Amino acid sequence: MNEPVLPPIGMLAELTHRCPLQCAYCSNPVELLKANREMDTAGWLSLFEQAADLGVLQIHLSGGEPTLRADLGELIACLARRGVYTNLITAGVGIADGRIEAWAEAGLDHIQLSFQGAFAATTEKIGNSRGAHEKKLETARRVRAAGLPLTINAPIHRHNMEEVPDFIELALSLGAERLEIANVQYAGWALLNRKALMPEREAVERQVQIVEEAQERLRGIMTIDFVTPDYFAIYPKPCMGGWARDAFMVAPDGTVLPCHAAGTIKSLHFERFGDWSLSRIWHESSAFNAFRGTSWMQEPCRSCERQEIDWGGCRCQAMAIAGDASATDPACIKSPLHARMGALINEAISTKTADTTPDAFTYRRIGRSVELDPTSA
Amino acid sequence: MTGASRVRAVVSMQSRPILKSHARLQYDTVREAWALLSPERVFWPNEVSLDILRLCDGRHTVAQMTALLADHYAADEAEIAPDVTGFLQEWSDKFLVTL
Repeated sequence: MNEPVLPPIGMLAELTHRCPLQCAYCSNPVELLKANREMDTAGWLSLFEQAADLGVLQIHLSGGEPTLRADLGELIACLARRGVYTNLITAGVGIADGRIEAWAEAGLDHIQLSFQGAFAATTEKIGNSRGAHEKKLETARRVRAAGLPLTINAPIHRHNMEEVPDFIELALSLGAERLEIANVQYAGWALLNRKALMPEREAVERQVQIVEEAQERLRGIMTIDFVTPDYFAIYPKPCMGGWARDAFMVAPDGTVLPCHAAGTIKSLHFERFGDWSLSRIWHESSAFNAFRGTSWMQEPCRSCERQEIDWGGCRCQAMAIAGDASATDPACIKSPLHARMGALINEAISTKTADTTPDAFTYRRIGRSVELDPTSA
Repeated sequence: MTGASRVRAVVSMQSRPILKSHARLQYDTVREAWALLSPERVFWPNEVSLDILRLCDGRHTVAQMTALLADHYAADEAEIAPDVTGFLQEWSDKFLVTL
């Protein structure tokens, strides 16, 4: 370690892997946990108390679909009591009457609602869920009526990239303060479905122009945050703001990880909350210390002037593409494997079928076993 | 609310800024510093920013805020006014305050 470990600011709590949608790019691990593996209410409450003590200021309540947890209101109330900022990340289908208002009353600070498409047909196809779009529109209205601020999240890939202008209009019409245009990251289910999801280069370039123009036009009206697609990038993202630097995530069974895809690095061992305290995991877990700071870096990161800007990029992507979790993220132009990203784009595009229906999706399902070979398209 | 009806709020000396309900200014006992919490980000305001934010209570106009700050920092009102309005416009654009 080259510097002292500072307390974490943010935590992503994946309360459950259960979800009514089956998006083929879900960021959950490919091996999903069933309901009987989920930590109980007392477990989550104890974890949240320890997180607040440790210095966590912001908790994202996510899943799967977190609103499937009947104890969500109780969890929110606990966090509000401790002054922790709460953000609920939901697909917004099938939320019973009165619950959104109850969460607002309990102290929920913000809701992020996903839309798989800007139009009903796209939303239904991508999530494999009939009627989902109308339910989401209704959820958005209820969120605003409850006085809660709203972010619309739009995960972008080949099958909805042309709808980006429509996503912007949709978010504006729903009264959202913020819109996330988030290009799918190829980990978890998205890695499995990479061939079916990969956009064409020209479409990505058009998208960048549209988003930049809208960001300028809508300054002070709606914030648009753009998550760029790694495979088309020059420099990598500072994934999680740096490994185990100021944020972490917790899986439904209480396993604490530096990021949601860290389980794909098979050489790492992760502790479960309850076996260890949260503070001990944050400070002493070998998985958290594996890529903390900069001393673990290889060349070209080791001598790079950007090492504390992007922190070597994504460890899981290095694992998936380079086969080495401590290699430079191949998204970086300085990586000797950067050209492989372009080759994977071209392979995905050249093998796609003439029609653009997502028939080739392996939809996300609990209990399905799948084989992954991320190094070939 | 329709998309077309939404316009950018622009600061004036008569604005009465108020911190938005989803932006929360609170003292962090772990780091012994004031934090401004918002949907995706945590801001760490410096002393001057903190003084301006604390006056964002919906009662003080920007003119009154400027006068109070000029007095507090023994500075010239006309000199600091562009800084104050600049801050407030930026925070309004980031959805932290309502003008």
